[in-house]
Amino acid sequence: MNDLIQAVSIFSAALAVGLGAIGPGLGEGRAVASAMEAIARQPEAAGTISRTLFVGLAMIETMAIYCLVIALLVLFANPFIK
Amino acid sequence: MKSPLTLEPLFHIGPAPITEPVVVAWAVMALIGGSAALATRRLALAPSRTQAAVEILVSTIDDQIGATMQRDPAPYRALIGSIFLFTLISNWSSLVPGVEPPTAHIETDAAMALIVFVATIAWGVRSRGLGGYLATFAEPSWVMIPLNVVEQFTRTFSLIVRLFGNVMSGVFVIGIVLTLAGLIVPIPLMALDLLTGTVQAYIFAVLATVFIASAAGERRKPLDDAAPSEERGKT
Repeated sequence: MNDLIQAVSIFSAALAVGLGAIGPGLGEGRAVASAMEAIARQPEAAGTISRTLFVGLAMIETMAIYCLVIALLVLFANPFIK
Repeated sequence: MKSPLTLEPLFHIGPAPITEPVVVAWAVMALIGGSAALATRRLALAPSRTQAAVEILVSTIDDQIGATMQRDPAPYRALIGSIFLFTLISNWSSLVPGVEPPTAHIETDAAMALIVFVATIAWGVRSRGLGGYLATFAEPSWVMIPLNVVEQFTRTFSLIVRLFGNVMSGVFVIGIVLTLAGLIVPIPLMALDLLTGTVQAYIFAVLATVFIASAAGERRKPLDDAAPSEERGKT
């Protein structure tokens, strides 16, 4: 039984990170694309735009990081593995 | 493989176990405090090189706080500046061989987020009064009270997990790559880690500023440009 739970947790950890990275990936791509467009249109505002972009990117990235933390919890602190 | 969520105590002081992140965090604090004391020992009107460098650092932090909060940065400089410098130097402490950043363990991040949480409430109560601060939970209408209360805790939690996840994943990835390939290969990843560490320190400080600004309420300085006030409320 324990072996089965371990195998399932490894599989689900991989699934969590893999699926969880899709959304933030798409979101970051869109954010960077819009920021590039904005900088190309208004090069004098590059400082403000990139500062806001960095903060926004870190926000989006956090979603993927949450998935990573969940995966690590499943792998290393799984309450169902004795 | 060693779990990133557990810690082995290095030694005990009385009944209290002391772990590696605690030692590194105190070393970082000693470094910041010591260098600040050394750099401000002989302050002069015509600054020496060290004093000029420190002045640039302080005025940059002031500018950032002012741009985010739209008010005089002086009361917030000590807290926000210390949070930024401590997080930055902690994230970069992996440059010293054999040292793991204390921020790669969730306890250090939880301690810092707790400080921000308490500071938010303290500044809210100080600038609006207890009743005024509690009344902000009922904005824009009383229906929002449960959500606003929950938001206080979720944003603190996301502050913890964001910093922990980013720094820990960097350490973890370097560990994995080291077991796969030997000498030179992890160096670009380490460089990326330094960048992530800087950005995360900046973001932790900016979010702390935004939380405190939204708790402390009304602007004293008139709004002159559309600075990142739209960051407010996101977690």
